[in-house]
Amino acid sequence: MNIKVLGPGCPKCQQTEKVVKEAVAEAGVPADVEKVTDVMKIAGYGVFGTPAVVVDGEVKSVGKIPSKEDVKSWLGK
Amino acid sequence: MKERTKLLLIVGVFVAAYYVPWGHPVIRQSGLEAFMMLQEYARQHVLTCLIPAFFIAGAIAVFVSQASVLKYFGAQAGKFLSYSVASVSGTILAVCSCTVLPLFAGIYTRGAGIGPATAFLYSGPAINVLAITLTAKILGWQLGLARALGAVIFAVVTGLLMALIFHKDDAARTAGQIYVPDEGAKQRTLLQDSLYLLTMVLILVSAAFAKPAPGSTGLWPAIFAAKWHITIALLIILGLILKAWFTKDECKSWVESTWGFMKQIFPLLFGGVIVAGFMLGRPGHPALIPEQWISSLLGGNSIWANLIASLAGALMYFATLTEVPILQGLLGAGMGKGPALALLLAGPALSLPNMLVIGSVMGVKKTATFCGIIVIMSTIAGMIYGAVFA
Repeated sequence: MNIKVLGPGCPKCQQTEKVVKEAVAEAGVPADVEKVTDVMKIAGYGVFGTPAVVVDGEVKSVGKIPSKEDVKSWLGK
Repeated sequence: MKERTKLLLIVGVFVAAYYVPWGHPVIRQSGLEAFMMLQEYARQHVLTCLIPAFFIAGAIAVFVSQASVLKYFGAQAGKFLSYSVASVSGTILAVCSCTVLPLFAGIYTRGAGIGPATAFLYSGPAINVLAITLTAKILGWQLGLARALGAVIFAVVTGLLMALIFHKDDAARTAGQIYVPDEGAKQRTLLQDSLYLLTMVLILVSAAFAKPAPGSTGLWPAIFAAKWHITIALLIILGLILKAWFTKDECKSWVESTWGFMKQIFPLLFGGVIVAGFMLGRPGHPALIPEQWISSLLGGNSIWANLIASLAGALMYFATLTEVPILQGLLGAGMGKGPALALLLAGPALSLPNMLVIGSVMGVKKTATFCGIIVIMSTIAGMIYGAVFA
């Protein structure tokens, strides 16, 4: 599984990355968490607002910090 | 922070501590000015202006739906609407720097195109609530108003010019699915939300109400005399509104987002005031940089003074709101009013680091055109303003 956290490096984006990593660790799912900071790449996903979370190429949340439960549900747990 | 950066920082502080002639009268005077200016801000601006403004910014971030605005930036959105929304949406969207650049890149590549994207890019940092309020409070309402109006007009004109100049490659953008933040469930009507924001704006206005000129009669002195009664009455109304229309969770997220802004902005402003005080001093009090330099370079309302001001503003990086104390120092040291507006219009939207990022999104040629348009327009606006208010 591949999870991307999109955000140029603002406090909210860092918090999102933290939430996602914790959720992955708690769920025990093998997943790569990747941070995307390049604005052009972020725009390439078509998201109008950061932080955004992309799971296996699918945009899951835009413009907010997701809760840990949300992230776990995207992991299929 | 890298270890090497930390070392360099410590060495830098050490060298400054070792070699700066702290005993020299000019340095002493500058150091004193830095703290006098800080005190002026603490006494006159923090409680009555900044704190209410932070609460308003927090409320906008939490309660105004971003999704409702963002839909006007899609590829199918009407031209007229997307330009008008882009020019004013800075008030709603740009309170956080997280949003501006990604959103700009998104609008440019997938959405409404280069015109609305550059209009938004310009208006975003230039017209947020905090910046306009602080400008009006500290530098006078004329400059605050000129800044707000100038920013909106500039945004539209810049966007239209960019769309006109780069008309051809606007067609080459990739279309695709776009994702906007979810629209939150609405518990209140638009009227209720507007009343809530209006109450807070009125609190800000009455708490920050300036003493009218001595000898003036009529409404203004009456309002000034009663301003604390009015403020307290408004605070009670705000309390009732919160109790009646808002849930506990909503109040909590409002306070949290306000606190977030305070944490982010207060340290920067603190630093900005200290540096501005040290370099430039309060109006009427000289500090490190001699006043003759400033008045010879930026005084009056010549085309050169305006051009230098807008160029300096475009290249320099101003952390959120710090342009205000810096400008206060410059004005006190003899800068003309026109150049001041030129710097305010070119400053917050552009900076060298920010140009590099914009350059990576839309290329050097377009970035240079964008910056050029803004510098030229700021210069012209400064000359007009300086001529009117001289």
